Amino acid sequence: MPASYFDVDGTLVRTNLVHPTVYYLANQANPLRSLKLLGRALARAPEMLVAEMRDRRTFNELLFSSYEGISQDRLLVLADDAFESVMKKALHPHARDLVKRCLDEGHEVVLVSGALDFLMTRLADHLGAHHVIANRLEIKDGHATGRLLRPVVAGPEKARLIREHAKARGHDLNECFAYSDSYSDVPMLSVVGHPACVNPDTKLRQLAKAYSWPVVSLS
Amino acid sequence: MSNPLVVTLDRKSAPRTIFAGDKLVEVDMPAGTRVLYPRPPLSPLKDVDAAIRYAINHPHGSEPLHALLRPGMKVFIAIDDISLPLPPMRRPDVRERVLTVVLQTLADHGVEDYEMCIATSVHRRMTADEVRWIVGDRIFDAHWPDRLYNHDAEDAANMQEVCTTDHGEVVEINKRAAQSDLIIYVNLNLVPMDGGHKSVTVGLCGYKSLRAHHEPRTMRDCHSYMDPKSSALATSVERMGRALQKHVKVFTIETTVNNNMFDKSLGFLHKNEDDLTGGERAALKALTFTLSKLPQPARQAIFQKVPSPYGVTGVFAGATEAVHELTLQRCNEQYVVPVKGQADVLVAGIPYISPYNVNSFLNPLLVSVMAQGYLFNLYRGQPLVKKGGTMIITHPCSDIFDKEHHAPYIEFVHNLLPETRDAMELHKRYEAKFASNPAYIQMYRTGHAYHPAHPFFMWYWGEAGRQWLGRVIVVGADNEYIPKLLGYETARSMPEALEMAKDGLSHDPSITMTHIPPILMADCTG
Repeated sequence: MPASYFDVDGTLVRTNLVHPTVYYLANQANPLRSLKLLGRALARAPEMLVAEMRDRRTFNELLFSSYEGISQDRLLVLADDAFESVMKKALHPHARDLVKRCLDEGHEVVLVSGALDFLMTRLADHLGAHHVIANRLEIKDGHATGRLLRPVVAGPEKARLIREHAKARGHDLNECFAYSDSYSDVPMLSVVGHPACVNPDTKLRQLAKAYSWPVVSLS
Repeated sequence: MSNPLVVTLDRKSAPRTIFAGDKLVEVDMPAGTRVLYPRPPLSPLKDVDAAIRYAINHPHGSEPLHALLRPGMKVFIAIDDISLPLPPMRRPDVRERVLTVVLQTLADHGVEDYEMCIATSVHRRMTADEVRWIVGDRIFDAHWPDRLYNHDAEDAANMQEVCTTDHGEVVEINKRAAQSDLIIYVNLNLVPMDGGHKSVTVGLCGYKSLRAHHEPRTMRDCHSYMDPKSSALATSVERMGRALQKHVKVFTIETTVNNNMFDKSLGFLHKNEDDLTGGERAALKALTFTLSKLPQPARQAIFQKVPSPYGVTGVFAGATEAVHELTLQRCNEQYVVPVKGQADVLVAGIPYISPYNVNSFLNPLLVSVMAQGYLFNLYRGQPLVKKGGTMIITHPCSDIFDKEHHAPYIEFVHNLLPETRDAMELHKRYEAKFASNPAYIQMYRTGHAYHPAHPFFMWYWGEAGRQWLGRVIVVGADNEYIPKLLGYETARSMPEALEMAKDGLSHDPSITMTHIPPILMADCTG
């Protein structure tokens, strides 16, 4: 049985990692605390912008440092709302069709995302996906430290995690599928036998053309 | 008096000019070569709109359309896609004219619940502009995309299994069509394998139904596709159509066009090279030279952006089989060229276009479809070439694919053909899995790609020719590996190809060349 590995942000949903983060920061119990966290994140924005251009992993680490100090309870309490308000509404119109077809074909469907695990599990439940490979916040004394647990899911690391997952589950990677919208996911697309680009960015579209990878529109 | 459609060359004959993709090439053929030319275009109908009205009011084997209508009924109008005719015809397309009359008739009889669907089957979805071209601005603006849309064979919720034939063939069609009180099919019949029961049974079906006949064994039993009485494919489709019509009511409107593919300025492409005037000869030379110098996209634009001035030669309406009989007669009037005797060698120029690459490039798989599929099969009676004979084609066989329209073809040609060219093997080992590839299916459903089963069907399309021919030699290929993948040999020139064709023969080979396009169909007797 093959597996289908899906990147999430930009691929299945229109949003990116920033949207749920902003939702969390803006929905703290105390409005003043929300303002403080948003202000801190805004101050780091230029740094994040530079990181995004250079290295997706560094960007992820900088972005998720915004969660520092938020209690684990709050993270989980807001997860349903964040999923409903931010992610579910942003699903591409044909995302469910594509995932369903993979499920109908008997594929094991795995979401592979730099987003946070408690949001991804909700999306997985909603789509019927079997597994989630996502980033996890480090929690100490019931509060997020702002650091990510290793391994950080981003770029080439996604490819390694997919290899590891496929090996553990007995999938032949040549038979597996992967879907992404971003050039930063070329390593993940390259390890499977059936890569496909979904609403790709310009660089990935060019690469897809060169390698004759299918280009799928879910809009 | 010699037959102007079957010309035997002598030493003084001019070189023949044939297509090699989107270029023209001059070839010197040996004396004794028999060249088949298409019939001149039939005279078009003088008043097409009147002919349409007459046809639907005086149908064959059915009550007139207006007598089938009642207020509140549900009507489904299915329309042939832009794969017909080739190239697309000048506006107004005859389908627009038919639809204009049909929609007016529906309105006059209080039928408001109707939808229109482009019967694409597993072909690519047509773009909005292509649909607009076929149905015209007024109909398009009033109906697209809610009441005028492309068929989606992979929308499981909107497909319905209607019945199964006594041969076990599953008849599944578009659910809205299956649940309508009346299906009106608006066809444009280019060649004899189009139309009839194929329109609804194939045009509105999905992979489940296509599997019944688009498979190697059925394709091998077609002698030929263009002669429905000798085609296992047509027999299967007819069986499914008859079974379907026990459950749904179909009113068929078929139209035929002449073979006026090229405008007056290119009229010399229809003619025997020996009959060209000085001016026409110069124009042919100039065109050949210009095409040889232009880059490929420009050549493609020249041929594909210029619609054809086809004339409508017939409009027939009523019961599917009664209508189609008349359509076939009119098609045969236009295309059939009587020929006596088979040749050792068949020479054909492969043109730039096929039903499957409207507005895109004729990729290597489609080259094989044109050679062993279409051009080999343009006969009734017996093939133009003897069993085990040689087919020589002219084409560059460039490794170019439209990355959107033909996305699954690329993997088929580069990953599967290196494994095997055996159609049975491809069918058994690879087809089902490949045809369910979720990425390709999504491209078919929301993009403009052919369904992933389509490249398999295309390979099977060449199966009758593949089984019959001993070898295929390509002249002018720009690479060696594509011909090899297709199972072809290569030659640098026509004389070299003809020399190769002598292998194994104790005599000089008899040669027949077809001057296509425009289309002709040989009626070959012994």
